[in-house]
Amino acid sequence: MSNNQSEIRYLTPPAVEIKKKKYCRFKKNRITYVDYKDPEFLKKFLNEQGKILPRRITGTSLKYQRKVATAIKRARHLALLPYVTDMLK
Amino acid sequence: MQRQYETVFILTPVLSENQMKETVNKFKKFLTDQGAEIVHTEDWGLRKLAYPIQKKTTGFYNLIEFKAEPSVINKLETEYRRDERVIRYLTMAMDKHAIEYAEKKRSQKEQTKKMED
Repeated sequence: MSNNQSEIRYLTPPAVEIKKKKYCRFKKNRITYVDYKDPEFLKKFLNEQGKILPRRITGTSLKYQRKVATAIKRARHLALLPYVTDMLK
Repeated sequence: MQRQYETVFILTPVLSENQMKETVNKFKKFLTDQGAEIVHTEDWGLRKLAYPIQKKTTGFYNLIEFKAEPSVINKLETEYRRDERVIRYLTMAMDKHAIEYAEKKRSQKEQTKKMED
């Protein structure tokens, strides 16, 4: 029986789950203020269409996600970031 | 009580360099006349807009950081709306983190300047 089990061959090697722990980059780097005048930095929180990425993807804590969202909205108002686009990155 | 504010406005690209400076000075003068204290100014020059505003794709960005009474803000924004050279503006009240960030940024700039000298 034990022999049989060892002979099982997978077509694709079974995925070994290595969960990389997400972290909040603001808490880690002790950033207290999200600047709306820096569109290059804010682009890290946008997808290709210029939409704000959810917290579950970026790992940002709720406190800073709110600040990021307001900063992005301010930047959009000042035409530093687009409201809608394609291929931002 | 006075609070610290930061205002960014975009001027139309049809202006010449001198006309642009003159407009900025007009707003600076307006602020000082209202009893505001100007802390810092920045001229970002002619920049490309992320999307067209009033069929224009570029604009002169300017930033003024100042300390003023809250009642001044309403008057300033009325002034922005009256002036057709201003195509976009944003005024923000700065909290302690924002002030700290702005001061840090400025001191860093000064240091790099000194290093270059």
